[in-house]
Amino acid sequence: MLVRQDDKTVLTMANDFKGDPKEFAIVVPVPTVLEKDQIHVGDKALLDHLDAYSAPRLVEYFDGNPCVRTRDDVLRLPSASAAIGGLASGGGRAKSLGVTIEAQYTVGEYDILILSALQSNGLETWLRENEYRIPAGASSVLGSYIRQNMKFFVAKVNLKEQAKLGFSMLRPIQVAYESPKFMLPIRLGMVNADGPQELFVFALTRKGRVETTNYRTVKLPTGMDVPVYVKDKFGDFYKAMFAQQVKKENMSTVFTEYAWDMGWCDPCAAEPLSSEELRKLGVFWLDDTPQPPAAQGRPFPIRPRPQDVYVTRLHVRYDNPHFPEDLVFQETADRGNFQGRYVLRHEWKGDETCDAASEYRRSLPQRREREAQTLASLTGWDINEIRKQSGAGPAPAPQPPLKWWQRIWRDYGLF
Amino acid sequence: MAILDETLTRQVGSRARGNGVQALECPPPARQPFPHGGRPKRGRGALKRDPRHYQIALLAALLAYGLIRLDFEISGAQAAAMVGAALLTQYLCTRIWNLPAFDPRSALISGLSLCLLLRTNSLLLAVAAAAVTIASKFVLRVGGKHIFNPTNVGIVAMMLLTDRVWVSPGQWGNVAFFAFLMACLGGLVVNRAARSDVTYAFIACYMALVFGRSVWLGEPPTIPIHRLENGALLLFTFFMISDPRTTPDSRAGRILFAFLVACGAWYVQFRLFRTNGLLWSLAVFSSTVPAIDWLLPGARYAWSRPGTGRLTSGEGAYETAGRDGDRARGARVVWPNAPRLLRFLRSQG
Repeated sequence: MLVRQDDKTVLTMANDFKGDPKEFAIVVPVPTVLEKDQIHVGDKALLDHLDAYSAPRLVEYFDGNPCVRTRDDVLRLPSASAAIGGLASGGGRAKSLGVTIEAQYTVGEYDILILSALQSNGLETWLRENEYRIPAGASSVLGSYIRQNMKFFVAKVNLKEQAKLGFSMLRPIQVAYESPKFMLPIRLGMVNADGPQELFVFALTRKGRVETTNYRTVKLPTGMDVPVYVKDKFGDFYKAMFAQQVKKENMSTVFTEYAWDMGWCDPCAAEPLSSEELRKLGVFWLDDTPQPPAAQGRPFPIRPRPQDVYVTRLHVRYDNPHFPEDLVFQETADRGNFQGRYVLRHEWKGDETCDAASEYRRSLPQRREREAQTLASLTGWDINEIRKQSGAGPAPAPQPPLKWWQRIWRDYGLF
Repeated sequence: MAILDETLTRQVGSRARGNGVQALECPPPARQPFPHGGRPKRGRGALKRDPRHYQIALLAALLAYGLIRLDFEISGAQAAAMVGAALLTQYLCTRIWNLPAFDPRSALISGLSLCLLLRTNSLLLAVAAAAVTIASKFVLRVGGKHIFNPTNVGIVAMMLLTDRVWVSPGQWGNVAFFAFLMACLGGLVVNRAARSDVTYAFIACYMALVFGRSVWLGEPPTIPIHRLENGALLLFTFFMISDPRTTPDSRAGRILFAFLVACGAWYVQFRLFRTNGLLWSLAVFSSTVPAIDWLLPGARYAWSRPGTGRLTSGEGAYETAGRDGDRARGARVVWPNAPRLLRFLRSQG
């Protein structure tokens, strides 16, 4: 996760490491040497909250009685709270040659080193000797970062500290630094990677939406009506839909899943983050902003509250052939709101009769078919399977259009 | 984008004058100056051959492709408003500056270019950007030619004056890169390499810098190739920097200019780590063009027919010829000991 204003950046790195903490290590190129108080161990729950808040969501509408004209009600919204992929960039082990330990700290449960190096081979060997698991062939990638005078932030879990603190999960590491570079190094993670990697980037900024400047950033398809049965398999739907979009774009784009002025949402997949939560995530410019009282009696505010934070959620599936260089970002002035949302329309099951009801019933098979087609095109699922599950048969023969004189009087029940 | 105003070309002869000093001969004054975009009367054939038509068609096709396939962050309504505002400004300026005829083509090119590049949430700012772009052609002039590429100055001015516009260099992706490249090269063919020396010089310098940095860093070649496979770079190289109305008059000047712009763009992107290095660099170094023209004088260019870049004498020089008195003042010692090289470098196209 990136928090950025001007050249000040707070980078929070979380990952889905599931193995033995002993084995965990990260090596991240950073633009500057970091002091101890520039490093912090964050709270995973905050990231989970941000993830839930910004996740693609379902919106359900219930068709009203067509005989009575009312407004549709927005109801519940399960969200696809996808796991946060991190910036896992491999681990290391090895020996030193021209490697300088610029600084060494223990922060929370992590032992952290800030390294600079003269030669990539030396660094690779040093990391290996010190039991940082680093993929073979990493030196070619490390070399270009060394030439750019970047430092290396390497962290391992200090098991003693971890036991003392009592955390079983690895908490995210946060670093704060000042640099004009607004980028994420992804190349190290691709060395010897087994298949494409997944990365979510959450950017909290002041001005507007964040996008990549060296890859296309596109918005996920949104606002489509899909069959109601998707509600029970939204996770599968989201994964298949994302995979299908990646395929469609030839795995060469970054996807925007959410871009919204923080402080409100409509509909909300989870409650917006409070100022305190945002500050903990590193939103440093909120320091002196007075917090307006939250609206009472309403779980999620639908009206904007001045929060002065804009959140962008990017999702990228990448591999070396399609993403040869690191991600470079820019903050745009775009304050338009975007969310990945998919609409479920529950059919009206009433038995009243009127012309509108007859017409409504007549329109349903076509609507089901349309929704099935949409779902098939979004996910690449088999259309016949979708039809079976959603109850959409093959499209019925289109009704002959009403004659113009039939339309004149139909609303008055005279025909 | 190249704003290819006006029509005819006139070669300014260069002759050695005593002591091996190269100087310019002042051309005869034009009988009928049409400054700022007025259109001289020409036959239908000349209209058909005007390379701006190819450019308008290509930019419109790119915009349509961008809107339909690449999800450009611009609505059809905003695009229409920008193009409309550009045309309206051109019309108003034509009236204010008392030009004999309203020529929509340059304004159309500028408007389409803005639609391809400039992004904003505000319709008002979009319209303002179009107005600034076109007005800059009429206001920011030195020695009879506008100093800045209008689209470039429009975008840079809006980025400096407001923080509510942006340019998305990544919007093109690289899927359609080769089709785009072909279209750009097609443009060169249509223009018959008119002043394309600046394009070649720029792309050669920029490629050398990007590849050079990657070699120095030990990066695999896929990285510089990916950086160069960029629609924004193509658009800049083939349409913006090559604008014959704002590039230096002599070939040596244009090559120097291309080199400076390439270095500036590279510096902004890879040393300052800022985006839109190409646009910033072009804006900065465009302001040096009068000085480059003073140091390395050459013939003023304007489009006549698909560009030989050679001189069409006899039909009169428009746009700039009325100010050729300035050119006389521009005649200076250039290169005392290299008259032959200078003659080559001063030659057109």
